[in-house]
Amino acid sequence: MPGYPPKLQDYLDDFGFISARDERIDFLIAISDEFEPVPASVATKPYEEAHRVIGCESEAFVWAIDRPDGTLDFHFDVLNPQGLSAMAMCAILDQSCSGAPLEQVATINGDVVFTFFGKDISMGKGRGLTEIINAVVYAANQRLALP
Amino acid sequence: MSDINSRGYTNPDKLVSTDWVAANLNETGIRIIESNEDPLLYPSGHIPGAVEVDWVKDLNDPLRRDYLDKSGFEALASRIGITPETTVVFYGDKSNWWATYALWVFELFGHSNAKIMDGGRLKWAEEGRELTREKPSISPTSYSAPERDDSQIRAFRAGVLAHIQVNGQLVDVRSPGEYSGEKLHMEGYPQEGAVRGGHIPGADNVPWSRAANEDGTFKTAAELRAIYLDEIGLNPGQPTVAYCRIGERSSHTWFVLTNLLGFSDVRNYDGSWTEWGNSVGLPIEK
Repeated sequence: MPGYPPKLQDYLDDFGFISARDERIDFLIAISDEFEPVPASVATKPYEEAHRVIGCESEAFVWAIDRPDGTLDFHFDVLNPQGLSAMAMCAILDQSCSGAPLEQVATINGDVVFTFFGKDISMGKGRGLTEIINAVVYAANQRLALP
Repeated sequence: MSDINSRGYTNPDKLVSTDWVAANLNETGIRIIESNEDPLLYPSGHIPGAVEVDWVKDLNDPLRRDYLDKSGFEALASRIGITPETTVVFYGDKSNWWATYALWVFELFGHSNAKIMDGGRLKWAEEGRELTREKPSISPTSYSAPERDDSQIRAFRAGVLAHIQVNGQLVDVRSPGEYSGEKLHMEGYPQEGAVRGGHIPGADNVPWSRAANEDGTFKTAAELRAIYLDEIGLNPGQPTVAYCRIGERSSHTWFVLTNLLGFSDVRNYDGSWTEWGNSVGLPIEK
């Protein structure tokens, strides 16, 4: 199944049109405002370390929960209250990957971080955001590998 | 955290508390400046009246790998409404990592009337103090700056090479994995990576964040001396070079050694590992 999840592709298309830095930032802040942390029915603090995104300094956590249709619901939390970029990234992934075909989720390349955040983000920030994506892709691949 | 003046720093005037900032928000002659790694933070809420100085678009030359020049600094300083007499107070995320970086660049242009708000943005926010999305209305000034002076607090590759040949003091403030050479670069970020891993010969490894408490405030002078003097044996009277990957984390250590512990000659090698680890023929230790 080719392509990215449609909602993610929509986001990528939208960000692809943005050239002004301030406009990009305002868009990302608006998305970060939509971030919803993992519900208590899925996980409560302190979270299991197995769900921590290694390399994310904003302390992001990711959960993947099976849905009846064989896809996954993704849930996130970001423990650093200043981790707005991580929250925006998690909100994008939550909205675009939950319920999306796993074959599409599994193809997401970490480089999409540059489309969302621009090419001048710092190394640490970029790595952390990429690792959040990698965690989602890993979960999709793990689920696909199951019989 | 204890009162700044009771912590034994050599130059406590370089730090101000969140209380001090709150009490001086509307004082003329003071400009509060936020500098972050995360570009979303300032627009999402900042200290009332604070302006933003961004490490990418404001402090770096857009073409060459270098900092802004005299005219660029004058334009920046004028835009944020300061004069050479203005007291600038930096704060930001990551335990003031980027705030100290901005302060260091300002000092390259002789604007030494610069301070750090201890604890940075996180402390201010966690104390429940006001953050606003309203951008301040700034009256531009006409700032006349001297030429950038790279001779006192900045180190270049040739100087570092000469420094290690006389066994000079070096502090590598990167993570242990970077210091050991286990990590060449962060995955997906070869532009900040290196073709060789390891560290500059003779460098001791003290990750920058060891100088900060969990709340982002600086450790006391006694705690800092235990790290930098007792643990790795630095002599405050000897020339010292700090480096990391691109010179930002090491500006935090530069600030600590210079202003909190009173080292007499500390330079930040901003070429750091992205220059050293990519250069042909330079010695490397693992």
